This record gives sequence, C-alpha cells and structure tokens, in this order.
Amino acid sequence: MPPRLPMPGALRWLRRGHLGTEAEQATFRTLHSASLTAPALRGGLTTDSAEHAIRHLRDLLGVPAVALTDTVAMLAWDGRFGHHERDAAALAAIVLESGNTVVRDRADFACSDAGCGLRQVVVSPLVVEDRVVGTLQAFTASASAGLVRAVAEVGRWVSGNLELAELDASRTRLMEAEVRALRAQISPHFIYNSLTAIASFVRTDPEQARELLLEFADFTRYSFSRHGEYTTLAEELRSIERYLVLEKARFGDRLQVTLRVAQEVLPVAVPFLCLQPLVENAVRHGLEHKQGVGTVTIIAADHGGECLISVEDDGVGEDPEKVRRALAGDESVDSVGLGNVDARLRTAFGDDYGLVVETGPGAGTKVIVRVPKFAPGVRP
Amino acid sequence: MTAAGYSVLGVTAVFVVTLAVGAYGWRFSRTTSDFFVASRTVRPGLNASAIGGEYLSAASFLGVAGLVLAFGTEMLWYPVGWTAGYLVLLVLVAAPLRRSGAYTLPDFAESRLESRGVRRLSALLVVAIGWLYLMPQFQGAGLALASTTGTGPWLGGVLVATVVLVNVLFGGMRSITFVQAFQYWLKLTALLFPLLFMAAIWLGDGAVSPASVEVGDVVGSGDSWVSPLAGAEHEVYTTYSIIIATFLGTMGLPHVVVRFYTNPDGAAARRTTLFVLALLGLFYLLPPVYGGLGRLYAPDLVADGRAESVVLELPARMVGGTAGDLLSALTTAGAFAAFLSTSSGLTVAVAGVISQDVMGHRFGGVRAFQAGAVVAVLVPLGLAVLTEGVGVAQAVGLAFAFAASTLCPLLVLGIWWRRLTDVGAIAGMLIGGGCAGGSVLATLLGVGPEGWAGALLAQPAAWTVPLAFLTMVGASLATPRRVPRHAARTMVRLHTPESVQLDRGAPPR
Repeated sequence: MPPRLPMPGALRWLRRGHLGTEAEQATFRTLHSASLTAPALRGGLTTDSAEHAIRHLRDLLGVPAVALTDTVAMLAWDGRFGHHERDAAALAAIVLESGNTVVRDRADFACSDAGCGLRQVVVSPLVVEDRVVGTLQAFTASASAGLVRAVAEVGRWVSGNLELAELDASRTRLMEAEVRALRAQISPHFIYNSLTAIASFVRTDPEQARELLLEFADFTRYSFSRHGEYTTLAEELRSIERYLVLEKARFGDRLQVTLRVAQEVLPVAVPFLCLQPLVENAVRHGLEHKQGVGTVTIIAADHGGECLISVEDDGVGEDPEKVRRALAGDESVDSVGLGNVDARLRTAFGDDYGLVVETGPGAGTKVIVRVPKFAPGVRP
Repeated sequence: MTAAGYSVLGVTAVFVVTLAVGAYGWRFSRTTSDFFVASRTVRPGLNASAIGGEYLSAASFLGVAGLVLAFGTEMLWYPVGWTAGYLVLLVLVAAPLRRSGAYTLPDFAESRLESRGVRRLSALLVVAIGWLYLMPQFQGAGLALASTTGTGPWLGGVLVATVVLVNVLFGGMRSITFVQAFQYWLKLTALLFPLLFMAAIWLGDGAVSPASVEVGDVVGSGDSWVSPLAGAEHEVYTTYSIIIATFLGTMGLPHVVVRFYTNPDGAAARRTTLFVLALLGLFYLLPPVYGGLGRLYAPDLVADGRAESVVLELPARMVGGTAGDLLSALTTAGAFAAFLSTSSGLTVAVAGVISQDVMGHRFGGVRAFQAGAVVAVLVPLGLAVLTEGVGVAQAVGLAFAFAASTLCPLLVLGIWWRRLTDVGAIAGMLIGGGCAGGSVLATLLGVGPEGWAGALLAQPAAWTVPLAFLTMVGASLATPRRVPRHAARTMVRLHTPESVQLDRGAPPR
C-alpha cells in the first residue's frame, strides 16, 4: 500500500511535472520499454521471443527499423522498409567475426529503392558466456555517435537477459539430471545388504530366497525404468512395499512397518520416486544409532481435494537446523534427496506444496507431503 | 417406550455408527509381510455401493413415495430418470472423465479448455448446485424429525448439519467410501425389511389394488392415479422436462463426479457405473410400493399435505403395536442415513471446490478445507429455514434442472466435440444457468405466473438445456481461433483406453 498523502500533497501530485524533470521522464520511459522486453527475452533467443521483444527494442532506440538475428538467420524485424530483411543475415556474419559493434552503410546492403530511408546500420553482437549468439541491428538514415553507443548498450542489456535465460534453462536441466541421478541412486549399501540377506535364506528357506530375489528384481526395474515425470501413488507405494520387504528380510523383527493407506487416494498423481527417498531416510534414521526395535509408519489419507502423506520414524531424530539446510539444497548434509524431493514437489504443484519436516534430537522424524488430487499438467 | 423414543434411538444409532465407521473403517493397518496394500484400489462393487449411498438422498427415500401417493404413477419418472441418468453417464461421460484425471468439474473444465475463466465459472456453478441440493436435505431432515417426534420443523436440519460438520471438520470422513457403501445397504434394509411385513398384511387383507380406492387428492379418482398424463395442465411438457432434467442432470452433481476419481482407470469407471445402475434399480423398486400402500392405509396424509412422511408413518399404521413402532423407527433411521450420507458427500465436494477456487490463497490447505466446509453447510441450512414449504423432491428436481442446463453441456461437448472453445463454454453456461437459475428462483420464491409461462418456469429443463447446448455450439463456432491449443491431444487422452500403448504427449504446462 502506498502511504496516504495529505490533501495538499495529493493536489501537488496532480500538477504537471509531478513525475520529475524531462530527463527523469526520459529515463522512466526507457526503463519501462526495457522492462517490457525482459519477460520475452527470458525465454531465450528464438523467433517467438524475438518477435515479442523487438517492438519494444525499437521504441527504446527510436530508429526507423530494427532486426534481431541469431548467428545464421534473421529472427525478427520491426519497422519500415522491410525489403532490407534479406540483408540482416549477411550483416550478422560481419559481427560474428569481429565481436564488436560496427557501423555499415549502403556498401554492405545495396538498395535500388530511391525512397528508401535506411542508409546506415549499427550492428551490435549479443554475447552469452563470451560467445556471440546473435546480433541486434538498428537501421537509420545516419548513425550518430550517440546512436552507436545506445545500440551497443542495448545489445549488452539484451545479452544480460539472455544469460539469465540460459541460467533458467540450466536450472531445469539440473533438476532433470537430479531425477535421473536419484533413479540411479539406489545405494550400493542397499544392494549389498539385500543380496547378503537373500544369500542367508538360500539354504534354509529357498522359497523365501526366490521370493526376495523377485522382489529385488521388480524393485530395481521400477527404479531404473525410463519412466515419465509422474506416476500414481499406487505405483509408488508398490515400489516402497518391495523396498520394505527387502529391508525387513535384513533387519527381521527389528524393523516394524505400519502402512495405513486410504484407498481413495491411490490414483493420485505424484512425482516419480518422490516417496522412496523419504522412506529410505526413515528406515535409516529409525534403526541406525538405535538399540532395539524401530518403527516406520507410512500414512496416506484422503482430505477433500488433497491427499496427505506422512512418513514417520521413531528413531534418533535430527537437528531441525540441519534439515533446514538439507531442504535448502546443502549437499554436505547426509539426507538422501530431501532437497530434491522438496524442489520437485514445488515445481509440480506450486510453492504451497513443499515438504514439511517435524523433528528434533531424540524425537523421531515425521515428513509430511501434501499432494493435490488434480494439478494442471500433472498426470501419470 | 414410546414410538418417538424408538425413533430417537434409531436416529442416534445411525449417527453413532456413521461416526464409528468413519473413524475406524480406514484403520486396517497392515505390515508388509501380509499383502500389498497399494494393489487394493477401490473395487467397482464397493465404489458403486458408495455412489449409491451418497446419491440416494431424502428425495429418493421420502420424496418418491410421497409423490406417487399424491400424484400417481406418472411420478415414477423421477426414480426412472434418477437411475437412467447413470445410463447417460455410463455411455457418454464415465470413462473419458476418469481418463481426464480431473477430481472436480472445474478441474475437468480447466484441463480440457485450458482456461482459468471457465474454471472459475464452473466452480461457482458447482457450489450453487451443491447448495441447491443440500437445502432440501436439511428440509427433509426437519420434516422427518417433526413427523416422528413432534419437534420444530428446523431442528432435524440443524442436527444433520451439525453431525456432518463435526464429521468433516474432525476428519471422520476419511474412509468415506466405506461409510457411504454402508449407508446404501442400510437404506435398502430400512425400506425392504418393513416392506416384507407390510406386504404380508396387504396380502392378508385381500390384496386390494391401490387404484381401486377413491381418495380426495389432487389426482382424484383411482383411474387417473394409475394412468399418466390424465390430470394437470401441460402434462406432456412437464413430463418431458422432468425426463430431460433427471437424465442429464446426474452428471453435473458435484458429489457424483468426485467419486469417479476413486476408480483406477476408465474401464473401472464404466464397470462402477454399471453396478450403480443395478443397485439404484433395485432400490427404486421400493419407494413406489410405499406410495401405493399409502393410498390404502394412510390416505389422510395427502389431504394434510404430509404425503412425504408416508415412508415414516406407514409401518406403524399398518403393523401396529410395538413391532410397528420399531419398524417405523427403522425407516426413520434409514431416512437419516439418507440425509447424512448425501449431505456429507455434497459438503466434502462443495468444500473442496470452495477451498480450492475461492479461498485457497488466503488460508493454508487444511484450514481452507475446513473453512470451506463451514460455508458449504451454513448457507444451505439458512436457505432451508427461509424457504419452507417447497417439496423435497421438487427442490432436488430444480437442482437437477440447473445442473443439466449448465454442467451437462460443458461435459458432453467437452468430451465429444473438439471445436468447443472457452468463450463458447462460458456463454453456454451463463445462458443456460441464467435461464434455469431464474426459473428456479421464481419457483422457490413462489412468484411464477399461471398457465404456460408457469409450467415453463416450474420445469425449465426442456427449453434451457437445448438453449445451453445451442449457445455453446454457436459461440464456439463464432470463435474458432480460441480452440484450445492442445485440444487434439486432450481428446486422444480422453478417448484412448489406458491399456493402449501410444504417445499421449508431454502434458501441457
């Protein structure tokens, strides 16, 4: 809320010049045009984004015509004398070599039209991570030194936005890579321990050993499968149950598991492998560094338009500060993929749907996941 | 113990058992060594019982018998339509709706038409339909309690509203499938068991035909009671209007749609619907028999304008003594099961929509749902107290007409016509909803004119449904550039069985 002005202030506000001097207003206009360009450019340098941005770029420069190119072809043109569109690619090639802003005239873009008002062009490179990815070209009757400077600055500003776009893209790629990593992240310990446990049954109870081997095979197949981004809660729980069967074979009665699942929520779509890391954490925290029996409780409850899932252990607990760091993505904290699961839930369902962790030293740990039954674009 | 005492006992038992099944039914905890919990998705049979339990409302339990008693056999169109609605649902909607992945109708609207505007409008309509449907439940509860224990006409409604609210607020509806499935069988038993005794008495009395007696009622002589279309004005129009409203309105009821989400896939959704058809067909055989026997053994109810309490009073009158009182207590308990189950289902569905589309950003998830539940119950309770005197079945009929004129075109065209646009959908829902809503309001307020205009307002579906469809088609054809970008891909997903391997494409973001 803006602060309320007293009446005389409000009157003054209405008078001409209230928005500052001429120079200030020019600055505001420039900033406004720039802000209109930014959202389009954050999508990267494509025909689509170039077409959205280019009108505002021409406003910014105040020249008859502007072109945006990538390294080989023209992406968008705005302004008069459209017959010069064909020259844009050739002009871009000049800058690709030099990497500097250059001024060219009719020698480089021949024109037979007597009425054509474009006699000079300022071409500025767009640079992302020290590499020229395209050019900004401003066509005009005669290029003043001021215009050359302006085109160079706007080019640099566009480059900055494109770098941000690159950053966005790499963040998405990182997230995808993390999912792939998580998939391959069945811990070597788990494989070793499972196989040892199965081996111990081979002589005494061959039938049990066979069952366990099949569970193991199914578990790895699900985890390594080239799956889409989402799966159903039923699938995810099935994999978790296999995992728990294998862990129980190893720990025997030391590991107690309670599953309480409302049937209504089994068809809910969840991110692939979003519960597995939580259960793995619970088994580890529930049993390691602890004498006697450890209990893991998994509950999935129906709650109107949402499904509430909680994974709880009665182990040694954790320092809340450490969990906070793990959720923030601190790699040094030993918690399998907690931050990753949190980030993926937020990406899929929005920031309201992050993980909630209740824990304290000696108090066990409870992780709560809320999942909406429907979210646009999320389906198994 | 008095008759009223037995009834109070029966109603209390229903409340307690409902709360108990709700609280403990879901607690079937298993350790992993037993079996895989995750593979136990809800079976079509159980799901169908739950749908039946939720769907058979006060209008079915009390209203149908009352209507048949007072107005004759042509009122059988109501139970026929309420059942056949599921046939339309089975053929046109069930499987594609499940495959869309939508939980509520606004979800479906958003994913099909890729528009927030359509989502908001359909959310408003869902809430309106939910309220329109909840109101007669509370009225019916008041009527039932007043007729058996002689309390004020609003006490029963307040009681049911309170139990529903407590149940929803404290998470008692978590195993809602079990609760509702239990309610179906309770309702069936509550009607069937007394009927066996009454049928025996009727046979003992010489099996007199209900049509052979003269009752000073609206229909008049016995002949006109059994022959349809032989009484009031504009009979043919009214009948067809009822048919259209009930056949097409079912798919627009919020608590019905929500239950389809529980099916694991499209094929299971179809199978569930088939079971529902069978269960409803079985149930709806019973209320008309009460109506017919009522003509013989309780004709005075018509003159008193209390025809709707025939189900509650008939067992006591026919059987007599303590046994009669007990049987009447059973039907009263069944009636309260009907109020409770339908209101719970509606409250959960409406609260979900209110919390998600109206107040989701002001409160957190669970808080928003609870606040939504309070709003979902209090508004129709207020309406119920204000608009006394509208028949339960009639009010439910209006809810059906409203749903058929708004959400039915959205669903049917959304599933079967790829050129539907968001503008078309909004225009159709506004026109259909405006006309049907206006008629409903005029009827509820009792300001409708006489003659043809009155008939058109009292049963609007026959003209508002085609109007809504035409508007939706016309406005969509006029805005061809607004066809959703991913319409073709969405249609493939809606109509291809899940077992078919094909590239359904990355979901649109």
